[in-house]
Amino acid sequence: MHELAITQSMFDIVLKQAEQAQAKKVIGINLVIGEMTGVVAQSVQFYLDFLTKGTLAEGALVNLKMIPPKAQCRNCQQTFELKEFDWACPNCKSNGVEIIAGKELFVESIEVA
Amino acid sequence: MEIKILKDILGANEQIAAKNRELLEKNKVFCVNIMASPGAGKTSFVLQTIKALKGKFKIGVIEGDISSSIDAETVAKEGVPVVQINTGGECHLEAIQIQNALNNLPLADIDLLLIENVGNLVCPAEFNLGEHLKVLIASVPEGDDKPFKYPLMFTTVDALVLNKTDLLPYVKFNVDNFVKTIKNINARAEIFKVSCTTGDGVSEWAKWLKSRIK
Ligand SMILES: Nc1nc2c(ncn2[C@@H]2O[C@H](COP(=O)(O)OP(=O)(O)OP(=O)(O)O)[C@@H](O)[C@H]2O)c(=O)[nH]1
Ligand SMILES: [Mg+2]
Ligand SMILES: [Zn+2]
Repeated sequence: MHELAITQSMFDIVLKQAEQAQAKKVIGINLVIGEMTGVVAQSVQFYLDFLTKGTLAEGALVNLKMIPPKAQCRNCQQTFELKEFDWACPNCKSNGVEIIAGKELFVESIEVA
Repeated sequence: MEIKILKDILGANEQIAAKNRELLEKNKVFCVNIMASPGAGKTSFVLQTIKALKGKFKIGVIEGDISSSIDAETVAKEGVPVVQINTGGECHLEAIQIQNALNNLPLADIDLLLIENVGNLVCPAEFNLGEHLKVLIASVPEGDDKPFKYPLMFTTVDALVLNKTDLLPYVKFNVDNFVKTIKNINARAEIFKVSCTTGDGVSEWAKWLKSRIK
């Protein structure tokens, strides 16, 4: 839903880093996105194509590494993937969990020429 | 050639949020970010909170809305300073908009600042504004399965307010299960059951908020 805001911030970071590295062109952008953020890959690419027109990142391809939501049991410390509508610990069946992955939203690296 | 970056995409927003927080603290303003889906009762809850705490704190309000100023006008009738932010289609408030709003509020004359975020259960969860507390309002007619559908929001908040409890006799909603589910994924969340229509439960919330401010 808020992919435009996210893509804009991501683009600002990418452009700054590419300029610092005196790159001629940005070819690829590698993002790490937690599934819990609800960010949609297609929308990010769509907004990026729009924002990068006429910049050195024009035509850059976005590559998203999606991170599934993971939790840790507060009772037995077991870590496990969170399934929709089932948040019980597979080990001890207790229900108290901490979310430990799935909220990520960062630029991992860029591929430049 | 690959360049490692490892930078938080929302880093720019975080930086401005930190500045907002600094400004709030310098002026001794305690700030609460109120989030909920459309129609859950954010404005009603802001009004109830003002009524409950008007005598104890000087209150200010920021109203976030996609386009109208109806909520801001309603709140202004309570005689508190209100700033309206129209996001122009964006589905959430960002720290930069709060920064502008803070510049238009008499901060030295405010102890408690309530922010009504845009009605949405997804996006506002990711944008820190510089607030001291994040509060989520869930309302009975929305159903008790929302924590499963919007886990990020439910794990992010400091307090959860279940509103429209006056409708419990008419709606299938298992309060015990709902509370248990939230406690399961967010151990620190304080939970309140209120009705903004009857005023039920508002005093417990007001008492807790007061204890957090002092
Ligand atoms: N029955 C009942 N209705 C309520 C309660 N609280 C709010 N409402 C009603 O719910 C509707 C929406 O309330 P608002 O306070 O405007 O909700 P909101 O979240 O600010 O709505 P938006 O800003 O439009 O997203 C109004 O018709 C209120 O009268 C409650 O506790 N019980
Ligand atoms: Mg409202
Ligand atoms: Zn366990």
